[in-house]
Amino acid sequence: MKNIKILNSVNKTIRKGGAACGECQTSCQSACKTSCTVANQKCEQIKRD
Amino acid sequence: MVHIFQFKADTLAYDTESQALLELDQLAAACLKAFIDEGGKRPTEETVEAIGAACDVSIAEANRCLDDIETLKSEGVLFASDIDVSLEQLYPDQPVIKSMCLHICHDCNLRCRYCFAGTGDFGTGDRSLLDVETGRRAIDFLIAASGNRIHLDVDFFGGEPLLNWPVVTELVDYCEKEGPKHGKELRLTITTNGVLLDEDKTEYINQHFKNVVLSLDGRPEVQNQMRPNAGNRGSYDVVMPHIKSFVERRGDKEHYVRGTFTRLFPDFSKDVIHMADLGMRQLSMEPVVAPPGSGYEIREEDLPEIMLEYERLAEDLLSKEGTQNAYNFFHFNIDLTGGPCLYKRLKGCGVGTEYCAVTPAGDIYPCHQFVGEKEFIMGNVHEVDLNDVYGSLTMPHAEAFAQLILPDKPDCQECWAKYYCSGGCAANAWHATGDLNGVYEIGCQLTRKRLECALWLEAKRLSE
Repeated sequence: MKNIKILNSVNKTIRKGGAACGECQTSCQSACKTSCTVANQKCEQIKRD
Repeated sequence: MVHIFQFKADTLAYDTESQALLELDQLAAACLKAFIDEGGKRPTEETVEAIGAACDVSIAEANRCLDDIETLKSEGVLFASDIDVSLEQLYPDQPVIKSMCLHICHDCNLRCRYCFAGTGDFGTGDRSLLDVETGRRAIDFLIAASGNRIHLDVDFFGGEPLLNWPVVTELVDYCEKEGPKHGKELRLTITTNGVLLDEDKTEYINQHFKNVVLSLDGRPEVQNQMRPNAGNRGSYDVVMPHIKSFVERRGDKEHYVRGTFTRLFPDFSKDVIHMADLGMRQLSMEPVVAPPGSGYEIREEDLPEIMLEYERLAEDLLSKEGTQNAYNFFHFNIDLTGGPCLYKRLKGCGVGTEYCAVTPAGDIYPCHQFVGEKEFIMGNVHEVDLNDVYGSLTMPHAEAFAQLILPDKPDCQECWAKYYCSGGCAANAWHATGDLNGVYEIGCQLTRKRLECALWLEAKRLSE
């Protein structure tokens, strides 16, 4: 495409919406405590794989 | 939902549902904006003519660009449809408490001007230390409440937890003994201001804690003014060498040096860069959450300067990538290809349902930010029946916390950033609006700006 550069493909982790396991680290939405937010944390299942 | 934004000379587009990130030239930006204005449909011929004239291209060329956008739409890259899935499908097990902020100490050796915890006592007037028995009971409560979850988190928090060091080590021993006994992996974190960090404590923490949060505001003039000790003397000369030494010995193990910025020192990029220049590589800097009138709170009129600070920081970070001075700023981390599952993105921190805080008195709160507000007390670890945890908690506001979920927050539905903030912090919303489901608008604006910076950084890396 001449005018558009696609930088990354579709994120399947959002699209598939599989069942949650509840094993991931608790994030802090105000980031006042751990600086771990849903934007920067990893899925525990992906980490273990 | 598609978000187009400008960052320096770059024009980027981000699709909320697909998380696709695209770089656009002037014509593509105009065409995509026209699509957005038409609700995701191809614009009229009249609009196409206007685009051609504005971008100095032929109508045929403008139509070719619109064709490309239609192709991306058909492939689910742009204007991807909303996800329609029930919570029961996403989390059939239902949430259980699996994470605890354990208040080792309601006292502190610093008197930070902006402290949300009332300089350590959480506004209670009672400067107290957690005793071992209450701490052990809190760990027992967490294990009992966690059901079949394996990974549990315990954050040794304060006040300043190092003021109660013997209890820290006793409880670490207890966690390391009780976890395996119950088939649990307890991830321990400690948050400290660094005043009492010495060689022995550094070695112990590095050995036993999976993560460490070190509080430091940056330049000497900022640290000294905002984080004085109890005698109102600046703390930089004491704290900085301790934290610098700790970080050197911590190496690659997880830690963050995190600061707080206020409207008194909005030029926080200088503080982050100061810490990076001193060898700290894992950095975070948070906007203060302070009540209106405190003098420290971020106000609407501060936002333009703060937005520029984020941009300066993003440019500095990018300029140092790949060099020996490279550093990591947590709010500029974004994972476009992985990241947490959809439930996590919709539910966020799990305040009051998956997360709780326990005070030195044993009181259980939904989150450390509610400690001291008695109407939120869920129970006491000494009174909870460990064989029937949820039957013995009082759970005020239980329904409200259970319902804190992104799809139920009307103000978030049209926000492109919603899968990266999960509707924001419930405590911030409560303190700003009196409603757990409210919106702390300044926080939203800052979050969106940080995400734009993160997306721009990703775009620069991906286009290399």
